[in-house]
Amino acid sequence: MSIGARETPPVLEVDGVSVSFGPRNILNNVSFEVRAGEFTGLIGSNGVGKTTLLRVILGLQSISSGSVRVLGAPLSRRSRALGYVPQKVLLDPDVPMRARDLVALGLDAHKFGFSRRSASERERVEEMLVAVDAESFADSRIGSLSGGEQQRVLIAHALVSNPKLLLLDEPLANLDPGSVQEVVALLHRVAKDHGVSILLSAHEMNALLPVMDRIVYVSNGQVASGTTDEVVRSDVLSKLYGHHVDVIQLHGRVFVVAEPGTSAEDVPEHPRYQVD
Amino acid sequence: MHVLLEPGFFSNAPVRTALLLGAVVAAVSAVVGVITVVRSQSFAGHALTDVATAGGSGAYYLGVGALWGFLGGSLAGAGAMELIGVQRVRRRDLATGIVLGAATGISALFLYLDTTVKATTGATQQILFGSIFSVSNSTVPYVAAFSGLVIMLMTIMRRPLLLTSLSSEIASSQGVRVRLVGVLFMLCLAVSVGLSSIAIGSILSTALLIGPAATALRVARSIAAATLLAIGLGIISAWIGILLAYDSFYWDPSSQGLPVSFFIVAICFVFYLFSSLVLARRRSHTTRRPVVTDFAFSAEGH
Repeated sequence: MSIGARETPPVLEVDGVSVSFGPRNILNNVSFEVRAGEFTGLIGSNGVGKTTLLRVILGLQSISSGSVRVLGAPLSRRSRALGYVPQKVLLDPDVPMRARDLVALGLDAHKFGFSRRSASERERVEEMLVAVDAESFADSRIGSLSGGEQQRVLIAHALVSNPKLLLLDEPLANLDPGSVQEVVALLHRVAKDHGVSILLSAHEMNALLPVMDRIVYVSNGQVASGTTDEVVRSDVLSKLYGHHVDVIQLHGRVFVVAEPGTSAEDVPEHPRYQVD
Repeated sequence: MHVLLEPGFFSNAPVRTALLLGAVVAAVSAVVGVITVVRSQSFAGHALTDVATAGGSGAYYLGVGALWGFLGGSLAGAGAMELIGVQRVRRRDLATGIVLGAATGISALFLYLDTTVKATTGATQQILFGSIFSVSNSTVPYVAAFSGLVIMLMTIMRRPLLLTSLSSEIASSQGVRVRLVGVLFMLCLAVSVGLSSIAIGSILSTALLIGPAATALRVARSIAAATLLAIGLGIISAWIGILLAYDSFYWDPSSQGLPVSFFIVAICFVFYLFSSLVLARRRSHTTRRPVVTDFAFSAEGH
């Protein structure tokens, strides 16, 4: 399939990216892409390099080889086409900052100056607060909000500058199951309404299965990507893990069960295996 | 009026200078102090006061103006802390502690030399605890100019600074130059500490930096409101302090009056205690209600 045959160019292209911290290889020749309007899950256990990969895309982490292109252009210092919600933001309840103030900083915190915010900028902030259902606590101190509420405010902060791709690092960790469903549904809706692609990292994929268009599965510093059906299979994941894993489907949920001790060579290679 | 204001308060030239200087210094301390508290850099602010002490006592010994000693000292201290690594959270306490220790040692040396070699017995008192009534008129324009510069810089960088203080991770992902913002803030902090050292003494300048800001942050609804409130509280503390110190000359005929810095710091502290009361009342109002409805609901259920 040639690139020209695609309807829309990819929002993000990660091509052969390797990252090492000293002698340790964190990421090894990682390639995948995120297509316009798609919801992509970056799935892998804790500590496999998901955060590092997101920081590479943001230009905050230097790479030893490979390239990252956002909207077809090589990554400069920081692309305004990207919005980011980092993991574990500790918002101090003693700081008198309203949810509204934090969202507004998404518009102009990178700029020095005396300027006041225009009426249209304030409208934009209001619009984003509505988009994430945060009107009811827009004037509360962010530090006093619940984890799920803070998450929504941070999403509004990341979206207010109108990015094309929203990166979220483990936004579902430390949320109760109800809030997880809420945040996933909200992200799905916001992505559709605002034409934003989403790349979301998680160590647990089940909550994302209904909304995920594509999956990027990370293990051993490498990735396998494609649709869920193409990637979440015993043969593909066994190759990636380097030892046999079973993929068990149960009541519409998927479980990846590792069996340490079995080497990858024992696993027959599947002809449809691909890492694109 | 006589009860509150002893005669000659407003016609006294040192008093007028003190009122002006106190207001300017309180304002700049409040603007910088609010962000200092939000960034949890109060300890760094305090360490800078110790370096300012070293600078001030050194200037005394060399016969240079105390303002330049205070400013030079705190700026050098900020530079040293920056080099050791005040920007990294884990090394922040270390950088601060090392600079604080070294500076206090130097202060000990200079204060000893000031009192023994130069025989200026008032030096220790004046440098550590200030003497706003003895600041010369010619110093005021410098203090005002530096204060203006700091307030302007803080205003220009308020948004990058605020987001960086909240989360450097979010800020850097948004393209904020986190390191530059951190260095510029340390610069503002150093100058503000140097300036308030002149007014209420180097050791006590932390009180004016942190006190009104901490009080305002507890009760205000936004950073902008907290800043304005802190400026107000700082100026009121300074003015009431000056008034009481002036009046204290008349309280006991045998005394020479009580130090103004004591009154300023005491009033800052009273404001902070008062804010605790306000908060406690607010909390009891907001938490009691749900408990009551909960109880009513469960009573109905049974």
